[in-house]
Amino acid sequence: MSSTEPRGANSAPSQRPLADSQAPDEGDGVDTSPSVFDSIAKTTCYMCACRCGIDVHIKDGKVRYINGNKDHPVNRGVICGKGSAGIMQHYSPARLSKPLLRTGPRGTGEFSEIEWGEALTIATERLSAIRRTDPKKLAFFTGRDQSQSLTGWWASRFGTPNFAAHGGFCSVNMAAGGLYTIGGSFWEFGEPDWDNTKYFMLFGVAEDHDSNPIKIGLGKLKARGAKVVSVNPCRTGYNAIADDWIGIRPGTDGLFVLALVHELLKAGRVDLDYLLRYTNAAVLVIQEPGTADDGLFARDADGDPMAWHRVAKAPVKAADPEAKPALTGSCTVNGRCCVPVFQLIADRYLDESYSPDAAAGRCGVDADTIRRIAAELAHVAFEQTIELPVAWTDWAGRRHETIKGRPVSMHAMRGISAHSNGFHTCRAIHLLQVLLGTVDVPGGFRFKPPYPRCAPPGPRPAGKDVKPMAPLEGMPLGFVSGPDDLLVDEAGTPTRIDKAYSWEAPLAAHGLMHSVIRNAWAGDPYPIDTLMMYMSNMAWNSSMNTAETIAMLTDKDASGAYKIPFIIYSDAYYSETVPYADLVLPDTTYLERHDCISLLDRPISHADGPGDAIRHPVVELDRDVRPFQSVLIELGARLGLPGFANEDGSAKYRDYADYIVNHERTPGIGPLAGWRGRDGGSFGKGEANPDQLQRYIDNGGFWHRDFSADQRYYKMGNRAYLDFAVEMGFIAKAEPIVFQLYSEPMQRFRLAARGHGKLQPPKAERARIETYMDPLPFWYAPFEDDTVDLQKYPLHALTQRPMHMYHSWGSQNAWLRQITSQNRLFVHQKTAAGLDLADDDWVWIESINGRVKGQIKLVDGVNPDTVWTWNAIGKRRGSWGLKDDAAESNRGFLLNHIIGDQTAADANGKRYSNSDPVTGQAAWFDVRVRIVKCARQEAGFTEPQFERFRQPPNVQPSPDVLRFGAAFRTKREAAE
Amino acid sequence: MHPAFSVVFFTTATGAGYGLLALLGVLGGLGFVQPEIWFGLVGMALALGLIGAGLLSSTGHLGRPERAWRAFSQWSSSWLSREGVASVATFIPAGLFGIGWVLLGGSGGWVAVAGLLAAAGAVATVCTTGMIYASLKPIAQWHSRYTLPAYLIFAAMTGSVLFNVLLQVFGIGSKGVLIVALLLTLLGWGWKLATWRYNDRLEITTTANTATGLAGGTVRSIEWPHTEENYLLKEMGFRIARKHSAKLRRIAQVLAFALPAALLMIAFALPWPFAAAASVLAALLQFAGMLVERWLFFAEAKHTVTLYYGR
Amino acid sequence: MTCLPAQTEKKLGLVIDLDTCVGCQACVTACKEWNTGGHMAPLTDIDPYGGNADGVWFNRVHAYEHTTERGGRTVNFPRSCLHCETPACVTVCPTGASYKRASDGIVLVDEDKCIGCKLCSWACPYGARELDTDVGVMKKCTLCVDRIYNDNLAEEDRVPACVAACPTSARHFGDLGDPASAVSQLVTARGGVDLMPELGYKPTNKYLPPRAHTERAAKVDAPALEPIRAEGGFLGWIDRMLSN
Repeated sequence: MSSTEPRGANSAPSQRPLADSQAPDEGDGVDTSPSVFDSIAKTTCYMCACRCGIDVHIKDGKVRYINGNKDHPVNRGVICGKGSAGIMQHYSPARLSKPLLRTGPRGTGEFSEIEWGEALTIATERLSAIRRTDPKKLAFFTGRDQSQSLTGWWASRFGTPNFAAHGGFCSVNMAAGGLYTIGGSFWEFGEPDWDNTKYFMLFGVAEDHDSNPIKIGLGKLKARGAKVVSVNPCRTGYNAIADDWIGIRPGTDGLFVLALVHELLKAGRVDLDYLLRYTNAAVLVIQEPGTADDGLFARDADGDPMAWHRVAKAPVKAADPEAKPALTGSCTVNGRCCVPVFQLIADRYLDESYSPDAAAGRCGVDADTIRRIAAELAHVAFEQTIELPVAWTDWAGRRHETIKGRPVSMHAMRGISAHSNGFHTCRAIHLLQVLLGTVDVPGGFRFKPPYPRCAPPGPRPAGKDVKPMAPLEGMPLGFVSGPDDLLVDEAGTPTRIDKAYSWEAPLAAHGLMHSVIRNAWAGDPYPIDTLMMYMSNMAWNSSMNTAETIAMLTDKDASGAYKIPFIIYSDAYYSETVPYADLVLPDTTYLERHDCISLLDRPISHADGPGDAIRHPVVELDRDVRPFQSVLIELGARLGLPGFANEDGSAKYRDYADYIVNHERTPGIGPLAGWRGRDGGSFGKGEANPDQLQRYIDNGGFWHRDFSADQRYYKMGNRAYLDFAVEMGFIAKAEPIVFQLYSEPMQRFRLAARGHGKLQPPKAERARIETYMDPLPFWYAPFEDDTVDLQKYPLHALTQRPMHMYHSWGSQNAWLRQITSQNRLFVHQKTAAGLDLADDDWVWIESINGRVKGQIKLVDGVNPDTVWTWNAIGKRRGSWGLKDDAAESNRGFLLNHIIGDQTAADANGKRYSNSDPVTGQAAWFDVRVRIVKCARQEAGFTEPQFERFRQPPNVQPSPDVLRFGAAFRTKREAAE
Repeated sequence: MHPAFSVVFFTTATGAGYGLLALLGVLGGLGFVQPEIWFGLVGMALALGLIGAGLLSSTGHLGRPERAWRAFSQWSSSWLSREGVASVATFIPAGLFGIGWVLLGGSGGWVAVAGLLAAAGAVATVCTTGMIYASLKPIAQWHSRYTLPAYLIFAAMTGSVLFNVLLQVFGIGSKGVLIVALLLTLLGWGWKLATWRYNDRLEITTTANTATGLAGGTVRSIEWPHTEENYLLKEMGFRIARKHSAKLRRIAQVLAFALPAALLMIAFALPWPFAAAASVLAALLQFAGMLVERWLFFAEAKHTVTLYYGR
Repeated sequence: MTCLPAQTEKKLGLVIDLDTCVGCQACVTACKEWNTGGHMAPLTDIDPYGGNADGVWFNRVHAYEHTTERGGRTVNFPRSCLHCETPACVTVCPTGASYKRASDGIVLVDEDKCIGCKLCSWACPYGARELDTDVGVMKKCTLCVDRIYNDNLAEEDRVPACVAACPTSARHFGDLGDPASAVSQLVTARGGVDLMPELGYKPTNKYLPPRAHTERAAKVDAPALEPIRAEGGFLGWIDRMLSN
């Protein structure tokens, strides 16, 4: 070994090179030191959304191999199954090669190739006409976009509020639930303290979200022998290695968590000191039913929330560090009856309806197991505390000699989010963490900068006032604090095509991309002209109710015109959505482009410091394609959008790379935080640096700043951190971030539903708002449970993303698809026995929305009332460069076909988007099904089948034999 | 195991060929069968033809047949290499014997030495073939004390039945040879039944538990590492339904043992040319039956790698 | 030569931690990627975009359910060449193409000598041999012999590709012949096992069994929670706590 410290995640003594790595003199003629690269380009992976650092080894002008960047803060040298298969993605036969203009009917795949000039002219003319008349007739939705700070800003400059990315159908419940509660959340917002935690609970994590950081973390826990508890209906992946697997019934996690809360409260196992310091537990809530301020905080003349000084018996500012606030009882302030938030919490969760016995049956988890987990949580949090010998100062200037920690940590993701009760369940998990005093403490859950932020963080969404030729007053996506921030007109009609920030989805922080096609087709709330989308497979696996969605894309009005008049789509690959576009703008692969992983967007920070990163072209383009972001910037210039065109009409930015370096969102703050200033000497804020990208490249493609030891924990109230956050522009003022166990913004919506305030929901919406905008987390059954006949559809159906695939992308990858090209439906042995089903049988999976056929595999590791399958393996014939006999389109199936995109009609006949009523998060996992053995002649192939797509012009057929790598060897051996 | 036709034919044909060669070498070399040009030519051609066709067929099993010569090098460790060496080496005394016995019409002396050496080579080659299979620990049905004798018995059986055909066709049929062929056929039958009985009752200690190191309880495969069949499954994951297998066992018994035995008995009772016809028919049926038997030998053999795939 | 060395100087191999493997396939594709351009290049894929895709892979991950009376567990199980001490795949080879290195114990195939007779794949109980039907020769895990000694790589990268990639640190590499080595000590500490020891191939690679439902499982000995029974229940308790 060299004398330097081993770098990277896999550097245990048992993972290092041999002490003497000189080749032995074996004499067998093996070349043990072949030259394997001519150059190494360090960039950022895009095989999924984790944004790991990769070292792309180039040999003879081709990619020889890709491995993890050992210095990178996300993956620290490791690489996942997808990342190593990046070569096959980059050389995929499904790559588009030239702009396409539709020539046949939509959905057939008949296109002609056109030049970029023509493509841009068509787009510019269309968009220009929209902008001159009614900008909101452009709906711009960007899927799995990692450049949302650009795309959102572009929409804002264009003047359309109709912008969002895929968050609405991914995990907005998780994001919003956290941001409205603790000012941060899981994944990009925070992570467990892997090095110190002693007890880790994992809820509903479907193999991914995120990938390598969780895996590295689990590896650390396993190496230390820390306990891992997983709460998940499926016992695969991360859940497979748990010491304790709790095979919960889908959609009941909130009840399970609140039963844990019940147990902890009952036993007095909560961290009162923590609650007083960092949460609004002591804040007084007005209890005057029927009045306009019922349920709001009691505030003083400055508008600051008040608490009750239990010694002075008088109201005080809740934020006063000297206050000795009460947590219980009631008091009268300004003539209003008030109780502290914590009293409301105790009242609600001590109720027997949240007891383990009440929860057990619904959750499918023994009451004793719930009690045991509660006891373990309490034991580790309060009896196994840790103390780091680091002095720090809190926001009020109080010095602490050590950093104290309660080593319980949690992580949750889509299994929690993708239910119609997901928002409240997410809040419940955060409530549990906070009661245990384990948020941003050693051993607990830790924020990643720029989080924590104020809960909710703001700013509010723009789009109230849409005018021709005028930009929006802000960004289209944001955070509402009450009804006044909603994007609805006085009649309550949504302003946005996806009905985000309307009474139907008030806290829709990420928009509702999954509602756009239906709403645009129905002209509800209004018809649009052009739907522009980027890398999201909305005509297949990214939509619920696929068959109907496809029909809506091709539906025509009486005059024979498409109901969605024009569709522009940008993607690098021939997906199932490309054939539905009128104009196709071909994108590059991730190795051919510039990108920035920005602190303004979804950064790559970890809990020990902020970071951001770039992509840059590491191989030469060999096709007539352009990076979408550069195309968007050029379109912006052609349209004369403010910010994209100069006064004289010339383009402000040459391309995306130019934008990344020179764009400033606010003075001194641009897409990248590293090496700012003319000479690159500053970070965070500073002038644009013309050499910035080179500095990133020289540093391995990323910038990262490590916190000092005293900045690393208690960031919500840590002066050294808060000062730094202000300096970086993360937050406006160095004030403590108070966890909102009770959410006042939500109560404001309730008050509107009760007839208070200037903006009130339509009568028909009031009960729904009243119920679901509860300021304290609660549990209710997922909507589909209440609307379908559970005798008829007794099973829950879930999907999980395989760890080696990223949605639909993996199937075009010659290596990854070999691992999974047919998905089975996994059924519990007992359940199958009851249905007289055997391994490998073909079954119909039926929901109220339709049926799909697939083959089953019997397992024990699943909740018996749940069946599940791998997501997005089923493909449509003619897409993704696959041959007609590929398993994906013959034996694999897509569960999306049977997931409704709307709820059942309510008493008023209204059907809502199949989404969480608070955030609009798509409720993928609510679906209830039954399975029926199919007839003998129906076995062996999947249904429904869709018409095969034609291939775009000049596409080479996919090869029958792949000998990737042979050329490296031939050349190597020839040189010897 | 995948019953590749090239290997099924190879082992069956060379078995018969070496059996016949050994009989010709011993009985011809020692003068029990008088040298006669056509008899000798046909006999030797049949023996060497079966051997040659079998060996040629075996190269069809190779990925790189043009490198087959390399297989002679590792006789010190590899039964397959020893088989190659033995099979080729046997051609030398067999050739000399053919020249001496058929062309020169001699017996005894050096012709006898060549004949005995050819017979020894034939036995050795069949032994090496048997040992290729018998030495494979991952396949319990092969790695048994039944395998090597089976190869020897079946070579002797098919060789003697062919030898009887020769004698009968040339009108020099021998009741003794008929009896020997009949007895060997019955012995082969018995041996096969015993082998099947042994294999059906085999308690294999290698299980999914030992294959994965997961002790106790049950180990069930829930997902393969790949969706489609790979080389391992195509080569070693061959499965045959129990019903199908039972049927083929019956067919093999009828063709390879029962009918030939009956025909040999008929030949014993009937005069020439009926005895000759019955003998020829017995040999043809037996050869077909042995192909079925050999196909089953592969198809019913379960390789430990299938444990990883839950097969 | 297909005769085995009486003894090898080192016994290089892998240790695979089944308690930690989440089945992510990282080792699988990292191996494929390295080796398809490496010593045995290419790892050919037949019908890569069709219905009978069949490629050469040196490392594959299975998933099992292991159920005992103490409970059930899903086990992800990477399978590759175990670089046995007495590998029959070597001794059965008729051409000398298969061999075990005397220096480090790595089992390799010399492709130029291989006739593609498949016998080594029959002799290997573990399924570690992969026939490349495109070129008609047998291929297999090289333990990244062109990485672990490669002067053209930074020293820290000279470990097998699968070990470098593994995101959960479930794979370890070293000299299992040296009882003092980190891998040997890991095997001892965690009760590492051989696969199919009864066949006597003496595999070098070891597997660390899952710990759930065993004495080695992580556990918390927490006393049951007792509801506050004193006056005022939970709210009374809070008042008392805060007035202290």
